[in-house]
Amino acid sequence: MSEANILPTASPAEADVERPLRRLVRMYAESRVALFGLALLLVVILAALFAPWLAPQNPYDLMQLDMLDGRLPPGSASGDGRLTYLLGTDEQGRDMLSAILYGLRISVGVGVVATLMALAIGMALGLAAGYFGGRFDAILMRIADIQLSFPSILVAMILLALFGQGIDKIVIALVAAQWAYYARTTRSAALVEGRKEYIEAARLLGLSTPRILFRHLLPNCLPPLIVVAALQVAAAIALEATLSFLGLGLPVTEPSLGLLIANGFQYLYSGRYWISVFPGVALLLLILAINLVADQLRDVLNPRLQSQ
Amino acid sequence: MNAPREPTLVVDRLTTRFASRSGAVTAVDEVSFSVAPGEVLGLVGESGSGKSLTGFSILGLVDPPGEIAAGSIRLKGRELRGLSAREWRALRGDRIAMIFQDPMMTLNPVLRIDTQMIETVRAHRHVGRDAARELARDALARVGIPSPDERLRAYPHQLSGGMRQRVAIAIALLNAPDLIIADEPTTALDVTIQAQILFEMQTLCRESGTALIWITHDLAVVAGLADRVCVMYAGRIVEQGSTAQVLETPAHPYTRGLLDSTPAANAQPDEGGQPQPLRQIPGMAPSLKEIPAGCAFRPRCTHASELCEQVPPAVELAPGHVARCFHPLPATQGVKP
Amino acid sequence: MTLFILRRMLQAFNVLFVMSLLVFAGVYAIGNPLDLLVDPNATAEDMARAAASLGLDQPLWAQYARFLGNALQGDLGNSFIHGVPALGLIVERLPATLELAVVAMLIAVLLGIPLGLWAGLRPDSWSGRTIMAGSILGFSLPTFWVGLMLIMVFAVQLGWLPASGRGPTAEVLGVPISLLTADGWRHLLLPAANLALFKLSLIIRLTRSGTREALLQDYVKFARAKGLSNARVVGVHVLKNILIPIVTVVGLEFGSLIAFSVVTESIFAWPGMGKLLLDSITQLDRPVVVAYLLLVVTLYVVINLAVDLLYAALDPRVRLAGASQ
Repeated sequence: MSEANILPTASPAEADVERPLRRLVRMYAESRVALFGLALLLVVILAALFAPWLAPQNPYDLMQLDMLDGRLPPGSASGDGRLTYLLGTDEQGRDMLSAILYGLRISVGVGVVATLMALAIGMALGLAAGYFGGRFDAILMRIADIQLSFPSILVAMILLALFGQGIDKIVIALVAAQWAYYARTTRSAALVEGRKEYIEAARLLGLSTPRILFRHLLPNCLPPLIVVAALQVAAAIALEATLSFLGLGLPVTEPSLGLLIANGFQYLYSGRYWISVFPGVALLLLILAINLVADQLRDVLNPRLQSQ
Repeated sequence: MNAPREPTLVVDRLTTRFASRSGAVTAVDEVSFSVAPGEVLGLVGESGSGKSLTGFSILGLVDPPGEIAAGSIRLKGRELRGLSAREWRALRGDRIAMIFQDPMMTLNPVLRIDTQMIETVRAHRHVGRDAARELARDALARVGIPSPDERLRAYPHQLSGGMRQRVAIAIALLNAPDLIIADEPTTALDVTIQAQILFEMQTLCRESGTALIWITHDLAVVAGLADRVCVMYAGRIVEQGSTAQVLETPAHPYTRGLLDSTPAANAQPDEGGQPQPLRQIPGMAPSLKEIPAGCAFRPRCTHASELCEQVPPAVELAPGHVARCFHPLPATQGVKP
Repeated sequence: MTLFILRRMLQAFNVLFVMSLLVFAGVYAIGNPLDLLVDPNATAEDMARAAASLGLDQPLWAQYARFLGNALQGDLGNSFIHGVPALGLIVERLPATLELAVVAMLIAVLLGIPLGLWAGLRPDSWSGRTIMAGSILGFSLPTFWVGLMLIMVFAVQLGWLPASGRGPTAEVLGVPISLLTADGWRHLLLPAANLALFKLSLIIRLTRSGTREALLQDYVKFARAKGLSNARVVGVHVLKNILIPIVTVVGLEFGSLIAFSVVTESIFAWPGMGKLLLDSITQLDRPVVVAYLLLVVTLYVVINLAVDLLYAALDPRVRLAGASQ
């Protein structure tokens, strides 16, 4: 029966010859859906990065807004005839396309910054816990367990309720809501890797602890972390959007996609769908692209599925 | 040896293939053998030789993209190829039973032993739960499980490995099958339990006239158990004959190599009183994707010639002793017991 | 088994204790509790009275003991806005939220397990791929936006279902329930579907990967070799094994459904605890926020405990290991 399972897959000898990175690239490229996700992600990120140059107008420069152009449906021309509102305008005559591009920038920025911070904190704590063990490990994991048993939205809402709003506050809330995922992932990877012989060898060679931790242990813990981080960026962006939608997240001066959607909510009933729908589509594409990439990364980096 | 009777199972040029992106892979290639009632056939080969898949083919359990591409499987004269899914299902567990390698994995961990036994009976016979439970208890008792009533209520993880394999054997025996296919059922067990189970299986099959195919990589197991032996390499049967013929006068260089690398078969001292050194067959068994044309053993064989680039025909060297080799070893080269 | 339950209950109390400490620290130790606990519009006299009644002149441990003592008696202060005990206010809203969460979870389970099984049995088929694509989409769609789209399509465009509010309720044992009337169902359907979407995707994936893994196991091959019908192999041998992780996840995710109901309730103006929490946060009604937190934390701990016990009851390996200790 083992034959039956092994058969349709590549022989291990063949896979070993290939360089690891090339193999990963090849395995990633095997899924057309995943390639589409990657392309989509690149487009969205570039759009967010170059929003000021791509956007037809600066949606937050009141000089460029014309109240008379308010709530125009998609495709309408502006009052002065200088531009066409491809995705319509909101109640202040703001071009939705421009607002979305700027909103994307904020959403991506907040999500990435929060994820990187949570990753750094969680990784450091998890690595230390896995490597040193003992009471520090026990207490840290107990805290992580308790926190992980509560959904991140609840943790974030509690913090925002206590500290108030603001872009710094929401980053703190996102980091606090997510560090435990990284700490736990790093710890379990570090536990597995730490038992392997190369770490023992490094210890016997008398290498310093930081060197063992960061040069030897950490690189080998990275694959699962990359997967978790990829999934968590999407979660962070969705969480920020949700909190902003609820009015708990970013202030009105920093309109992320969530806030744009909230602004359009009231107009849904009168059929002015575009104010809410298009920012939502942008948010969906962003999260979908990240999830597609993360999904394939998980399969590619999962040693158990590697031969499939 | 039994008097010649109608064989329980006749496998004729069975071929099982797997479709893959890089073309079809032949995992079982024109395999032919037969087993008589009460007879034990040892099917020997390294992992990847196609021996397990031969077993699954006989059971009609080849998962896509694999399929039986050619040949015939006849059970008591009835052709099994081309049976409907329903007919196959009626056959499995009833007329043909299978025992797997790892007893830790074959029993469902979340179902009690009685559930797993009763469902086997009731899948094939219209009997009540109580009658089925009765049969299950008898079967457990037959394979030497003490206090079977208690064991029936147990979950698999509460039993030892040897005990679980006995349960699996009892399940195979439940419906008094004509044929049992045992896929390395003792490999995962302790040596002492291995021997016990081997002996019990042999006795049970002899008594009930059940044909037994014992799949293994271990020639030593076959030596004490089987009446006949088939040696498989890269999907083909390279040699078959009675156990004595194959083990004492191996004709195929591969069989010879296997014997030389088996500690038990090798333990006899040579004339000088020294144990013979263990020898390994040079090279590695080929992956099924890159089986060499002609004789698959050719690259590893010291006797290979240009002739071996053709597929060797089956040559009958002695009555019932067949080898697929252009350069069969002379009988004198065998290991003398 | 009894020991196992006792140990788990002890752990649960530990968690509750730690959480009460955290909430206390959050409310009393960070910043001025008077700002948090007394209505910002209160007069100086009110402030002084409140300070005395809160025992702020006492040492911190005494304050905590007092807080804990009050909390145990169900006294978590009065709502500034509504002027009634905060806990009562929340408990009043509990049935609406629970109803929403239960129906959402039922939708997720009753649709998710069959779809996941199907996708797991036929991973390469057109239907299996479609189910999986749908579940990735379900993961990626932000819940709140889906809520808006549901309203736009089913309430505004098609006019089939009401966009907001809870329908008429009937009392069962003193608890108002809207499941007994057709109009109640009509009101419940959209928010429940909205809330269910994410969990549905989760259960589909979980079931699918569990099924795929189970199909490779020897016990499934053995079950086939025994001649069992496909229905029995999948419905008993596979399902019973994958049900264990699914039940665990369903239980644990039920808590997150309650948390996420904040979003759904605010979109569909569903009069549950989530909406109350949101209103209380924006209106700075701190006692209600504190009461919500403690109640939800307690709910969580109870759910986790229940899931652990259920898990033990389902998996003989755990159950019997516990019994033998």
